[in-house]
Amino acid sequence: MAQITLIEAVTQALAYEMAHDDSVVVLGEDVGVNGGVFRATQGLQEKFGELRVLDTPLDETTIAGLTVGLAVQGMKPVAEAQFEGFIYPMMEQIACHAARLRHRTRGRMTVPAVWRAPWGGGIRAPEHHSEANEHLFTNIPGLRVVLPSSPARAYGLLLAAIRDPDPVMFFEPKRIYRQYKEEVPDDGEALPLDVCFVLRDGTDVTLVTWGAQVKEALEAADALAEEGISAEVIDVATLTPLDFDTIAESVTKTGRCVIVHEAPRTAGFGAEIAARLMEECFYDLLAPVQRVTGYDTHIPLFRLEMKYLPSVERIVDAAKRTLAVS
Amino acid sequence: MSIAAKFEIEYLQYLDKDGKEVRKDLPAFAKDLDQMVELYKLMVSTRVFDAKSVALQRTGKLGTYASCLGHEAAHVGIGSAMKREDSLAVSYREYGAQLYRGVQPREVYMYWGGDERGNDFAKAPKHDFAWCVPIGTQCLHAAGSALAFKIRNEKRVAVCTIGDGGSSKGDFYGAINVAGAQKLPLVAVIVNNQWAISVPRKIQSGAETLAQKAIAAGLPTIQVDGNDIIAVRKAMEDALDRARNGEGASVIEAVTYRLGDHTTADDARRYRGEDEVKEAWTKDPVPRLRKWLEAKGAWDETKEKAWLAECDDWMDKEVDAYLQTKTQPVEAMFDYLYAELPADLVAQRQQAIDLDRKSHG
Ligand SMILES: Cc1ncc(C[n+]2csc(CCOP(=O)(O)OP(=O)(O)O)c2C)c(N)n1
Ligand SMILES: [Mg+2]
Repeated sequence: MAQITLIEAVTQALAYEMAHDDSVVVLGEDVGVNGGVFRATQGLQEKFGELRVLDTPLDETTIAGLTVGLAVQGMKPVAEAQFEGFIYPMMEQIACHAARLRHRTRGRMTVPAVWRAPWGGGIRAPEHHSEANEHLFTNIPGLRVVLPSSPARAYGLLLAAIRDPDPVMFFEPKRIYRQYKEEVPDDGEALPLDVCFVLRDGTDVTLVTWGAQVKEALEAADALAEEGISAEVIDVATLTPLDFDTIAESVTKTGRCVIVHEAPRTAGFGAEIAARLMEECFYDLLAPVQRVTGYDTHIPLFRLEMKYLPSVERIVDAAKRTLAVS
Repeated sequence: MSIAAKFEIEYLQYLDKDGKEVRKDLPAFAKDLDQMVELYKLMVSTRVFDAKSVALQRTGKLGTYASCLGHEAAHVGIGSAMKREDSLAVSYREYGAQLYRGVQPREVYMYWGGDERGNDFAKAPKHDFAWCVPIGTQCLHAAGSALAFKIRNEKRVAVCTIGDGGSSKGDFYGAINVAGAQKLPLVAVIVNNQWAISVPRKIQSGAETLAQKAIAAGLPTIQVDGNDIIAVRKAMEDALDRARNGEGASVIEAVTYRLGDHTTADDARRYRGEDEVKEAWTKDPVPRLRKWLEAKGAWDETKEKAWLAECDDWMDKEVDAYLQTKTQPVEAMFDYLYAELPADLVAQRQQAIDLDRKSHG
């Protein structure tokens, strides 16, 4: 079986589902002949034709609104925003319609659609190509927000997102699109959208993260292990609706938690997890919950961007701060 | 049959692809050969600048860069028709217009080199907008600028440029629509280079011309040969005059061709044929004007060589200045968010500084 990257896993999932479900369509800018600017939709137009893999006019409002219309009529659209920084014009269609049509019509109309977008910084890209803004969507009721962090999870979660009867935001950490390859059987097996993934067991501190930061969190766990500190690493993967139980179980065991994300700190999704820990796990905490996040600034252009993104060093420091409290 | 409305779209061209005049009524500015030589020189220096930028990117000294190869007549035509007090809102590749207005190559390099300071124009007008990557959004900034000029009774015009792809965006329609309703001093130029990354012009709209989108907004409009600087400049002058005289906004569609890749991160061979590109090169705006100037006796090989040498010197100086610019300190992330650093950010800013010092030993 071939080893594939995260981006190839996205393509593999799209191709699988399009082959097995005629109602699945892909639409966006440059998704056709060009196969997407990151090649996520490579080869799909050749296989499935120009209407099922539609190059749209350059207008995100058009893409998002078409997606709602397609979904209501029983299609399963997978829309692409070329970068997360260009998703804002889609916001109205997503927040006002996709996320609330089921609610508005008491279940008569539903929006089984997926919005994909390459997400996050760290690839020396131009302005607006490096945003992490998942928190703008986690605050919208009626949406699922998913962020895979490995080829296998990208494949399984994207299949689940397409099959889900409700709208799903699927943010792809572009920094790790081609970070490594792994075997991902093309068996059409979806992964659940309602669980966090425990990637590494530990007993002293829980590192909670998602997206590209999973890489730094795992490296931090390695570094901590060298100093005799045992860190558990959780990839949240589906931010909303949240599987808080997995996080609570881990933190109840370790008593310490560091939340890592690259979006700005204030009102980032880490704040939600920290608040839940305060509400539900207060008596099991041995130290204040720590956050390692992007600063409350715009992600800088690339000369400074690595100084903005959470580093292994910052995660290790934060973990040690939780351990310094006795 | 009764007819509710009728329209036709004028097409304007003075020089054909070989630099031959296709009409005799040359506009006044085109009779001033010294001025035409200046325009030609800027088209050439823009091209030299552009090649330098691509070379910088290829050697790792620049991030992704959007080339303007082939757009020189359109861009210089737009920039040179404007007055300094007018305001320009570009997308990202209109360097020919911007260099005319005083943007320095080193500033372009900085922006694409990952340094925000490139947007802090030292010599270009402070009221010109920064590069605008979110497609189309700048059109409404120009409309808002035009509204400000109108409210304050200033004889100034706001100009925006937008791509063929960008003309699909609601922001573009919104801008020309309000400009028509309020008679705003706005000139919206669609630089139709046939491609929006890999998406061809015909996918953007079923309309025969993009210029005719202006009809729905109630605006005068024209399609021009965007590789003929005389046509671009003439259409710009007419539109700017109307706007300055209180007659409202206009749309211009400048038809050109993107001779290069979309950006250095793109490979256009994936989606367009060699033949089309070869054919487009025969309409190259630079040799076209050169031939015309040479036929008038205003330019020759010696002058060309001398000017190219001057351009090389200029760009070498600009590249040096760029390469010698030190990266901003880490706290620069925080220092331009608000007029004053809010108290709540002081600690984060200090943390960033401390971490940076620590990691540099
Ligand atoms: C809102 C938005 N969506 C998508 C993009 C990505 N993108 C950058 S340039 C481009 C194509 C633009 O084509 P066009 O408007 O014709 O201008 P050109 O690049 O040809 O000058 C796209 C889709 C973007 N920058 N902004
Ligand atoms: Mg274009």
